[in-house]
Amino acid sequence: MNLVKKLFMTAIAVTCISSVSFAKITLEGSTTVLPIAQRAAEEMMDANDKIEISVRGGGSGVGINSLIAKKCDIAMASRSIKDSELQKAASNGVQPKAHVVAMDGIAVVVNDANPVRKLSKAQVRDIYTGKISNWSEVGGNNEKIVVVSRDSASGTFEAFGELALNKAKVRADALMQASNQAVATTVKNTKSAIGYVGIGYLKGLADVSIDGVNASVETVLSGKYPYSRPLFMYTNGLAKGEAKEYIDFVLSQDGQALVTREGFVGLK
Amino acid sequence: MYNGKEKFIKLIFTVLAFSSLLFLLGIIVVLFKESFPILKNIKIFDFIFGIHWYPTHEPPEYGILPLITASFWVTLGAMIVCIPLGIGSALYINELASPRQKQILKPTIEILAGIPSIVFGFFGMLIVAPFLQNLFNIPTGLCAFTASLVLGIMAIPTVTSLAEDALSFVPKSFKEASYALGANRWQTLVKVIIPASMSGISTSIILGMSRIVGETMTVLMVSGGSAIIPKSIFDPVRPMTSTIAAEMGESAVGSEHYHALFAIGLILFLITLIFNVIAEHISKKHRVKLGLNR
Repeated sequence: MNLVKKLFMTAIAVTCISSVSFAKITLEGSTTVLPIAQRAAEEMMDANDKIEISVRGGGSGVGINSLIAKKCDIAMASRSIKDSELQKAASNGVQPKAHVVAMDGIAVVVNDANPVRKLSKAQVRDIYTGKISNWSEVGGNNEKIVVVSRDSASGTFEAFGELALNKAKVRADALMQASNQAVATTVKNTKSAIGYVGIGYLKGLADVSIDGVNASVETVLSGKYPYSRPLFMYTNGLAKGEAKEYIDFVLSQDGQALVTREGFVGLK
Repeated sequence: MYNGKEKFIKLIFTVLAFSSLLFLLGIIVVLFKESFPILKNIKIFDFIFGIHWYPTHEPPEYGILPLITASFWVTLGAMIVCIPLGIGSALYINELASPRQKQILKPTIEILAGIPSIVFGFFGMLIVAPFLQNLFNIPTGLCAFTASLVLGIMAIPTVTSLAEDALSFVPKSFKEASYALGANRWQTLVKVIIPASMSGISTSIILGMSRIVGETMTVLMVSGGSAIIPKSIFDPVRPMTSTIAAEMGESAVGSEHYHALFAIGLILFLITLIFNVIAEHISKKHRVKLGLNR
């Protein structure tokens, strides 16, 4: 009986201690930012076992709405917050504060054997939506253009759709590839292909300048390259406590190294 | 005491045997439950016969006819590859191979069955696709034809080993009787052995087919992934399985897109279920015919 009592007391004590010392933060939102957030969360939890971070996808809108409803601590977003969302937040007593955590740059690439090295934004849009389907229309050889795209569910596809296509539909016969690497391989193997990849995947491919600007770390950071955008994390008011610790980590040298490793452009 | 122990063991085995039934039921219930909400927003006719699959576009379009036709053409192409090769190998192993050749051939074909599908995918993407692209001078090697070829090779072991079993079930007396009547080897094979094992061979073909329809990783890597109704065998396609694999991870739980993917899964399940029922039916008939009703 005594033993049972002891065990019981210990169990209660353990539960109390753990519930006190476990700090929990929740991130929700953009699937583009998700790999960065996930990696950073893993690193932080490895270094500190008193912190528990859960990361959920759902999309930028879902994340911001969840922040407004106070259901998450940090919202991940691949776009800045809309006015309508700011109003909704204000009426709920939430003040979203933006933290830029990385830059996203998408390079347009062709096969090495293709002579075309520059396109305009309008030409890229026409190629991807199907208005232009032969390289000779943009100054190349008389070959059918093989359009390679990321799969419709990926964050890069979404970003490219917004930045390059003004949300128009990608032509239905485009090859849909499941990863940056698969796009790169396909373009490398296909003489008349055009594709787009994160700027970490340019090796062995010819990148095309867009309106005269080539994708590089510098042009993406300066915002000169048209297919680039900042990635955000939003907190309610200034970040504090564990949320601040987390965002500070993402912005630190180590955190930004993770950003680069995931194929984005670090801020430093 | 002994009796109690025996009863207990029997109970354990009964539970084990019925557990797969439980899993099956669970899967079916979940498939139906997660599929039906899609019908709230989309008519079933538009879903199955719609020709535009733009699930993440605004507004989204969920027409899966391109996906169904893709699965159909890729499967048909793969059958054209694997039936002659699979049945041919089975006939050779059963009828012509010396015991030594048989010793080498059977295990080799079974090793082919053990190669993970992702390896076939790599092989198809990095070697077969570029090769076919140069050979036929087509814009891209990632197309229905490549997918059919690779899947056909993958299904050979299933077809061969089941067909070979069926051939070996043919009683020796059938063959002897045929020779005794003066038939030669070819006549015996075509007129006696193949007809006698026909239902077993059909079963092997149908099971090979359901393996091909359900194959995911390989088609995801080699079929190209364009949601169009293919006009030629060299068009890139997007079969049902690879659609689910590529998109499930990114669709928000409970969203329309999520339910649409489950509905595709349900349709796929129903297709393979039909195949299996047919296979079971035919193989039963076969056993009765040969007096092997076990």
